[in-house]
Amino acid sequence: MFKLRATILKDLRILVRDKVGLAMMFLLPIVLAIVITAIQNSTFELVNDNKVPMLMCNKDPGEAGEQLIKAIQKIGMFEIKQVGKEQTEKQITDRMHAKVALVAILIPPNFTAKLSTQAKIISGEALSRLGLPVDSVAVVSGGLDPITIYYHPVLQESFRQSIQGALRSALQLVENKLILKSIYFSLNEKEIPDTLEREIVNNQIPIREIAISRNGSRNIPNATQHNIPAWTIFAMFFVVISLASSVVREKLNGSFLRLRTLPTNFMMALFSKQLTYLCVTLVQVAIIFSIGAWLFPVIGLPKLNLPADLAGLVIVSVISGWCAVSYAICVGVFAQTQEQANGFGAVSIVLLAAIGGIMVPSFAMPGSFQAIMKLSPLHWCLEAYYGLFLEGGKLKDILMNILPLVGISLLLQGFTFYALKRKNLI
Amino acid sequence: MSKPALSIENLDFNYRGASHRLFSDLNLLVQTGERFGLFGPNGAGKTTLMYCMTGLLSFQQGTIRLFGNEVTPHNKAGNKLFGFIPQDFSFYQELSPVENLEFFGAWSGLHRRQIKKRTSELLEVLGLSDVSHLPVQKFSSGMKRRVNLAIGVIHDPPILFLDEPTVGVDVQTRHAIVAYLKELNKKGTTLIYTSHQLNEAEGLCDKIALIDEGRIIAHDWLSNLLRDHKKQGLEELFINLTGKAYRDS
Repeated sequence: MFKLRATILKDLRILVRDKVGLAMMFLLPIVLAIVITAIQNSTFELVNDNKVPMLMCNKDPGEAGEQLIKAIQKIGMFEIKQVGKEQTEKQITDRMHAKVALVAILIPPNFTAKLSTQAKIISGEALSRLGLPVDSVAVVSGGLDPITIYYHPVLQESFRQSIQGALRSALQLVENKLILKSIYFSLNEKEIPDTLEREIVNNQIPIREIAISRNGSRNIPNATQHNIPAWTIFAMFFVVISLASSVVREKLNGSFLRLRTLPTNFMMALFSKQLTYLCVTLVQVAIIFSIGAWLFPVIGLPKLNLPADLAGLVIVSVISGWCAVSYAICVGVFAQTQEQANGFGAVSIVLLAAIGGIMVPSFAMPGSFQAIMKLSPLHWCLEAYYGLFLEGGKLKDILMNILPLVGISLLLQGFTFYALKRKNLI
Repeated sequence: MSKPALSIENLDFNYRGASHRLFSDLNLLVQTGERFGLFGPNGAGKTTLMYCMTGLLSFQQGTIRLFGNEVTPHNKAGNKLFGFIPQDFSFYQELSPVENLEFFGAWSGLHRRQIKKRTSELLEVLGLSDVSHLPVQKFSSGMKRRVNLAIGVIHDPPILFLDEPTVGVDVQTRHAIVAYLKELNKKGTTLIYTSHQLNEAEGLCDKIALIDEGRIIAHDWLSNLLRDHKKQGLEELFINLTGKAYRDS
């Protein structure tokens, strides 16, 4: 026990004096977790709170153009800046280049006229099919002119899609209103009363969002709930930089050689390293989760809600930490130089994180990646954490994620043992 | 009669994948209390032989015994019998001499109190007391050599293997290290030493073996060898027996 204590003390002293290594293991992941959560959260708020600046050029003198603008305002997603109808396309795009707005909409001059005609045609057709008399419609020449939407190129595809969706629903509302008015007028030969119009148009079926969970909770997971577990796993596996290079350093400077000439089993050196770094990963978990739970609300980010099964959380963290440490030791034993350990270690963790679903959600990955994903230990760690954090599961619910993780860890330990034997280190 | 400190009988050794054996039927005897020097050109097999003697390399045939105990790579109990001073600074440069000695002392099987006592003795003798709590990475090469030496002798082993223990140090440090080794030998420690510093070796070793291409080509008291080959010093004897041609090209 004294030998193990002395060995752990030695490893701890070396670890504590490696300021760069400590920053890599603690500071970087914390910064990463805060930055990524803040970015994802601001995207969420952009849609809900921060409105997207939009230039609106209404060349239409009629009421449909105005109604469309009101409908867009009602969506609540945009901060509309109206510009004069004399503005040219170039003037609008120049203002967008100056980042006055990210989106611009140009409503064509005959928008109301053509939309009304279209509405009358549709309502007339509907009434004639019901066998009712229909007035002839004076057709305005040509089809409907399109509404033009200008996008700033910084807007991502997914964001453009959601803007387009919002505009389509606003447009649909205006069209429906006109058709409704036209039908009402044809049947009653008078304008539809405002109260009735509002009642019909606004009486939409509400949408209820429910996140399914095992514990019956109906809370919608926020950006923190997704990001903190993911980036904590990334941090845990990033100990590869410090641990693998420590193993290589001891191999190269002859410390390992000397240890083998002493009357103590060499495996104790590796056991101590694993134990020390396992504690490091658990401290990382404690720090990052604490930041999510207590610091995030203070700095205006959503709070991390810890899972109900805290024992399950501890077990998943220990197994994930052990897997991360096993991976790091394995890299250290196989690497010939510190450059190899650092380079391969860092790149491989980024790759394993990418294919494991840390950076891109696993459901969004191409089919061919779904099988490869299962090879990444980070994937199983993430699934286990998500089972607890997002699905409100208990340990028994995530056993099928923990077992592969234990399997991968044992495999890595086996590789390490084989390499040490081959290199005559044990 | 007491058991020899080191006995090697019929040693066969070759590296994995090598086309020929480095050692074939090699025999060597070092008596207790000797200051034994093992010399040879680069690539002669000195370090490999030292690794075999300390159990770092496993050999194909033959036996190596330290005080009658057979050396095998996994005989951890036998490792208490010797100390090993490698050529590299084989310790933790981030730690202080005290912290290094604390760790290696524990691994050498000493208890906390023994470690404390030996640490203070060694730091005093090797002139490291004033810097005992500073990280070794700030030390000069000579100070690091002394730390390397202190770690190897912390458990006061009856036999000490030294691989180039004074390489890269100034004359003062070299003298101090050699004087300390002689002192250890006077107290009964058998020294098995290898170096390319033949002048230093001449002052330290009383018995030597010259090894070349895996064979021992001379083994006797140094004074006998010099007399028999009519040479003035070890360097002259070395050139005479091993030639002037490069061996590691």
